Amino acid sequence: MIENLKFQHSFNYAYIDEYTKKEIRRKTLKAVCIPGYQVPYSSPEMPISRGWGTGGLHVTLSLVGPDDVLKIIDQGSDASVNACNLRLFVKEMSNCAVTFDTAEATLIQTRHRVPEEILTEKQILVLQVPQPEVLRGVERHEAKTRVMHGEADYAKIWVTLYEAYVRSGGLRSGAGHPIMVNGRYVATPSPIPSWDVPNLSMARCLYLFGAGREKRIHCIPPFTRVEPLEFEDIRFKVEEFVGVKCSVSGEDKAFMDQIYAEDLTSSYVVNDSNFLDKLRKGPRPPQKLFTNPA
Amino acid sequence: MGYVAVKGGQDAIENANKLVDYFRWKGGTKPIELDQARTQMRLAVDRAMGEGSLYAPELAALALLQVEGDSFEAAFHLRAYRATLERRYVAEVINTREMFVHRRISSTFRDIPGGQILGPTRDYSFRLLNPALLNASLGSIEKFISDLKDEIDPRKLHEMTTYKKVIDIFLKEGLMSSQPRAGEDRRIFDVTREAIKFPVPRSAALQMLARADTGALMCMAYSTMRGFGMSHGTVGELRVGEVPVRVVDKRGRTRVIGKIKVSEAEMVGGGARTQAGEGGGRAARRTAAPRYSIGYGLCFGQNETKAICMGMVESALRNPNPDNPANNQEFVLYHTEVIEGYGFTNHLKLPHYVTFQAGMEGARRNARRNAEQGKQVPVSAGGGEDHND
Repeated sequence: MIENLKFQHSFNYAYIDEYTKKEIRRKTLKAVCIPGYQVPYSSPEMPISRGWGTGGLHVTLSLVGPDDVLKIIDQGSDASVNACNLRLFVKEMSNCAVTFDTAEATLIQTRHRVPEEILTEKQILVLQVPQPEVLRGVERHEAKTRVMHGEADYAKIWVTLYEAYVRSGGLRSGAGHPIMVNGRYVATPSPIPSWDVPNLSMARCLYLFGAGREKRIHCIPPFTRVEPLEFEDIRFKVEEFVGVKCSVSGEDKAFMDQIYAEDLTSSYVVNDSNFLDKLRKGPRPPQKLFTNPA
Repeated sequence: MGYVAVKGGQDAIENANKLVDYFRWKGGTKPIELDQARTQMRLAVDRAMGEGSLYAPELAALALLQVEGDSFEAAFHLRAYRATLERRYVAEVINTREMFVHRRISSTFRDIPGGQILGPTRDYSFRLLNPALLNASLGSIEKFISDLKDEIDPRKLHEMTTYKKVIDIFLKEGLMSSQPRAGEDRRIFDVTREAIKFPVPRSAALQMLARADTGALMCMAYSTMRGFGMSHGTVGELRVGEVPVRVVDKRGRTRVIGKIKVSEAEMVGGGARTQAGEGGGRAARRTAAPRYSIGYGLCFGQNETKAICMGMVESALRNPNPDNPANNQEFVLYHTEVIEGYGFTNHLKLPHYVTFQAGMEGARRNARRNAEQGKQVPVSAGGGEDHND
């Protein structure tokens, strides 16, 4: 009998044991108290691979309750395979409700996108983070980067931005533009496109960033100033989809996916799948748009 | 338009799972029984337990069967299961002097107190494929075991149960000190409960190495010997066997809760170092006895490669040197962690189209602006910084 029972293990609510969940919540509270500071935490192994959203899962599972409505997106899409997988896991382990509707969700876990629709004070956005250390590109040693943050020594990352300008003519291209949080810590917004970065500032919702493999949590509390790093004369800019319209909705003010057909011609589609659904059905959900400086 | 419009992620996963099962069973062979895997794939089970950081031979065998023998996945399943278990007790430090020894060797001395015991090892067997194994039957196995028993002199069976350690020789000769190294951080840390910060205490480094991937550790250890390090560790003692595990229960009584099999390596290194030489002059260095130190390796089960490599790497980590990867705590501890490395390298299979789009769009934007300004600047299509996913 004992032999058989051994494998019929029932899991703790929300998978992680209560002590560890408590620890994660305490570390998350610390992260809320020190916006932009990376708080080390235990980061237990999950049945999901490292680098596939375990940090997000830790935060989500430490917060989720049976009354929560959960949404999980991956690269903007609810239907992405990894999003389906994580959603099913959290649902099975916590018995929470799940949704695709951004407005309906109380807890949203995301990989590399902030939803286009404005989030409210009733919502928490949990971002999955592959590399929480924004300075890793300029300093490979963890011991040194922690000292640099302690001393607010951000000279190297400014130099990198300047070098990018000299080399390419732009401030920086690509996802994960470094941000200054609450005027103190330079942090990574996770590899979201620049399009999403302005939405982090003075938002009504709580942003939590979980980096499982690197065992760090950081946070942007509601109504916190978030500034993308930029120079006075060379300004931060978001992606411009010049002359581009969504081939499904006709929309031109949203982050776009470029889709290639068999004959290699391309068209564009609004990336945020729920936003696209709502655009098609109407009415248009509230959205905060950023205008690039001239 | 195919890729994004598809709303079938869940169906795809279910079908993928079915196909995995199909490929597992399509050969039409009999399922391998758990006990067969546990006993006949002994070393794979041991490796999975070590890297999975959970001493549970049956669960490790189940994991191996479930993942069709993939060592990364097996360790991963054990780690994920381990994370669900509550920590009720902290065991007393195990004492390998109490080990019921299956095997112990030393390469520093020709003969050692208690003798060299080769034990179960393939070290001196020819690596020739053995088709005779295909003819093994329950009958031939029984005969082999009973023949072996006949060779054993029962009077000698309980003659010797435990053995002195080879390091006792070094300690007695004054070639090694049992004193803690000056300035060394000897706090007991738990890497499963707290994120490490550098420099890490020795206990954290040892824990991480004990859980590390065998192959990754071997790579590090090998590099210290062949050009990216200063050491060629010597096996002071390697022993494999069973040690009792004790906990103190709530009434304060010490209880033995079972035995675990471990491999332990004590690698002797630092031969050039002398006690006086560390601070004294050349004359002092000549007269002082040479001081050796131990690089310590210990892991679950019989995994001698891992224990030895762990000992070598531990020794390297205690002598930091920025020129060599293996002498660098951050490099070694982060990059030999098997579950993290396995997961992150495989995450490259996840879609990255938003990240990639952001990079492409940035590059085009730069190209447009440069064209407008008539500048000739080579445009790199960046996906952001390369550490940025």
